[in-house]
Amino acid sequence: MTAANNFIAIAGNPNSGKTTAFNWYTGARQHVGNYPGITVEKKEGTALIDGKSVSLVDLPGTYSLTAYSLEEVVARRVLAEDRPGAVLNVINAGVLERNLYLTVQMLEMGAPVVLALNMMDEARAQGISIDVNRLEALTGLKAVPTVARNGEGLKEALAATVALAEKRRRTEWMPLEISYGPDIDEALSRMAPLVAQAGLLTNKYPARWVALKYLEHDEEVLERGRMISPETHDKLTAAASQVADHLKSTLNTYPEAVIADYRYGYIASMLRQGVLSETDNIKDRIAYSDKVDQVLTNRFLGPLILMGLLYGMYYVTFELGAYPSDWMAAGFEWLHGLAAAHLEDGMLKSLITSGIIDGVGGVLGFVPLIMIMFLLIAILEDSGYMARVAYMMDRVFRFFGLHGASIMPFIVSGGIAGGCAVPGVMATRTLRSPRERLATMLTAPFMACGAKLPVFLLFVGVFFEKHQALVMFLITMAGWAAALLVSRLLRSTVIRGEATPFVMELPPYRLPTLAGVLIHTWERAWQYIKKAGTIILAISILIWAGMSFPALPEEAAKVFTDKKAPLEEKLAELPSKQLEESVAALEKELADQDKNSPTAKETREKLDKAKEELEAMPVSKLQAEVDDLKEQLEKLPKDPAADSLREQIAKHTAALERLGEHDAGARTLKAKLEGLNAELEKTPSGAIEAQMAQKQEELDALPEKQIEAEIAAIDNEESSETLRNSYAGRIGIALEPVTAPAGFDWRTNIALVAGIAAKEVVVATLGTAYSLGEIDEDNESSLADRIRADNQWTSANAIALLLFTLLYSPCFVTLAVIRQESGEWKWMFFSLFFNLGLAYAVAVAANQIVLKM
Amino acid sequence: MDTTVSLRSLQKGQHATIAAITADGEMGRRIRDMGLVPGVELQVIGRAPLEDPVALRLMGFTLTLRNNEADYVAVRDVKNTSAATEDKKPQASKPAGQ
Repeated sequence: MTAANNFIAIAGNPNSGKTTAFNWYTGARQHVGNYPGITVEKKEGTALIDGKSVSLVDLPGTYSLTAYSLEEVVARRVLAEDRPGAVLNVINAGVLERNLYLTVQMLEMGAPVVLALNMMDEARAQGISIDVNRLEALTGLKAVPTVARNGEGLKEALAATVALAEKRRRTEWMPLEISYGPDIDEALSRMAPLVAQAGLLTNKYPARWVALKYLEHDEEVLERGRMISPETHDKLTAAASQVADHLKSTLNTYPEAVIADYRYGYIASMLRQGVLSETDNIKDRIAYSDKVDQVLTNRFLGPLILMGLLYGMYYVTFELGAYPSDWMAAGFEWLHGLAAAHLEDGMLKSLITSGIIDGVGGVLGFVPLIMIMFLLIAILEDSGYMARVAYMMDRVFRFFGLHGASIMPFIVSGGIAGGCAVPGVMATRTLRSPRERLATMLTAPFMACGAKLPVFLLFVGVFFEKHQALVMFLITMAGWAAALLVSRLLRSTVIRGEATPFVMELPPYRLPTLAGVLIHTWERAWQYIKKAGTIILAISILIWAGMSFPALPEEAAKVFTDKKAPLEEKLAELPSKQLEESVAALEKELADQDKNSPTAKETREKLDKAKEELEAMPVSKLQAEVDDLKEQLEKLPKDPAADSLREQIAKHTAALERLGEHDAGARTLKAKLEGLNAELEKTPSGAIEAQMAQKQEELDALPEKQIEAEIAAIDNEESSETLRNSYAGRIGIALEPVTAPAGFDWRTNIALVAGIAAKEVVVATLGTAYSLGEIDEDNESSLADRIRADNQWTSANAIALLLFTLLYSPCFVTLAVIRQESGEWKWMFFSLFFNLGLAYAVAVAANQIVLKM
Repeated sequence: MDTTVSLRSLQKGQHATIAAITADGEMGRRIRDMGLVPGVELQVIGRAPLEDPVALRLMGFTLTLRNNEADYVAVRDVKNTSAATEDKKPQASKPAGQ
């Protein structure tokens, strides 16, 4: 057998506090990756103990070491093939008997094990007393009482494990051989020599263990045995089925049942020899958790609390997340401005500002929301509530061909808006059934993931300003409806088949530890940031290039330059422009001057005079007046009368628009509107507003404003023309006939095509589509304002776009993960094309229905 | 030997001892991995809002499984022990096998 390696493995059941211990040992010195070839998370880290650093591997939490799930296969392989120096087995002391089942199986493999009797405080509170010395004597294992939540005993436990690894460094692993009853023992004594002779896996595993696995019908071992030595494999399976037949006919049972019974029997007989005693009445156990469950999983209250909690999480995320999101957005705006100010006009500037900063900024601005959402999910998971959610929801999910545990991937994917389908699809690993898992995997991307949120937020903000939270909630629910219905469809067509075991532990409620929650949150946010930093940056650049090339043909570009030239000249001739320029020149001069030089004062005087003159110009005066009025308006107390008048005016204006010009009703409405407007003008705020409007009109009538507006219009026309001519524009235009029934124009098409690569870039692409070629960066109105101003956008289009974005193809990364998790290309392509088709059908239907309303 | 009944038929609050696990393959393995083996005492502590799955207490922890999975668990010595407690519903006094 191979020699032991220089690392310590941490093993244990789920909910045993294993990860808490690992976090305590490694702190920030940990790294989360994947095991090669499969998608089970591999957590590694280093612990510092007595000045020495120790490498740790956190094995996936399992109840057993059968080949029942990927986690178990991985845990077994790490033990057998990577050969840790020793294993620190973290045990929930309150559930000693069941936790030792895993221990026995590790001992059967021969692994050197130290027991960390964790949650000793809880066990004591439950009235369980463990005689540690007795346990050590009976098992021959070192056992250390610990409380991982506060670090108690952890140092000692690891030190003991390291010491064991040192001691056992040069010795072979010593497998524990227990009796599995006469029938199995007899078969093992015949089969083990066969295994040893053929050298079947014996470089990694004990021969008796391999034989035992043949009796347990362990698929992984059988598969490998068949490949290594078909002949021995056949002999072993024959012997195994002989035992199986015998047990069936005599005891009406199965070999694996007998083996499990004997393992538990071995454990129980040890524990009965004075290891375990109950100091208190058993009825007090987990009493607190049960009381909480009386309420939280109550038939009526439970589902209500669940819905309330989901909505509350959602609300908190958006309320709290808005602040840091705004700060991030402001930061990137500042960066954009900085880059724009310091770079020469041209392609590079366009690439950096429009391509990179705006693209990545749009994605990273979303990180705070994701972190808050993941923080809340981590709290729910660590507190034990998530398992109750699965428990309560299973009956419903089973109806759709899923599993109660499907709710987790769904929620992570965005079942509570703001998740991400990438970790969501990966979270389906916890589902043991291949069919439920596949159905969950294929439908999880319908959820309102974080990357879709900016699209939703943008359009909901523009078109459903009054009911934002409600509409966002409805979109999330639409994601659920799509996921469940499609899943039902898939489970009765392409992924038909039986439901698989639900059997699941409901861990007692626990207060999550801060470190655990933060590490968890950071891991998930980091996954998202990495995705943003790499793939999305590349895609942003690609899309920028697609939208910038090919450039407009020279003669086409010349038309715009020619149109602009006389206007620019005119603008330059205006006195206000000249003054502005001279002020700027003077300021520069002033800065150049030494402060104490005699000429400084003179220059400053000149500057002040020029500034005064500038302020006296009509344009500045008017602007100042408008600003002043605005300030006054803000200072006025809230005027409910004016507000209600404004509301009525808006309502009637909308009604008027519906009625049209030639209707008698319209005329009455118009008269009413005028009356209302007059009334509004009489209120103090209304009066100021009217003054402002008048001043603004005067301001707009000034020649410079007019000329500037004309130039801007020409620029917009040019950038629009450039985009239409680009590769992206050509694709978008080519798709217009297809997307017309859904109400999407070519700009939307470009953004949606880009969104197949990554949903995060939909908004960024729309932003670029609307802002490329912009000259005046200081005066950029937000994308929302532009869409609001663009009268091609109707609420019918918006609803169609919202639904299309929700349902259409998962992003590239998700598609890649689906390929990886399902193991088949066909499911990836299925996901791409089926979702596109579904989204298109739904979007067209929505657009047409809303248009007819 | 006592007569055995299916775990499914147990009411909330009732205690029983596992007599046999009649599932093999993946289902059987999963059930046994979680500590459901003959001789183990358990108590039904609750049911999900739609009566399914069922939540059990055994060996100091809580386990949940679907009704159709509970069918594989045969139990004996069904008792309406009220020593245990959190059972506030009067239905615990109903006879087993309803």
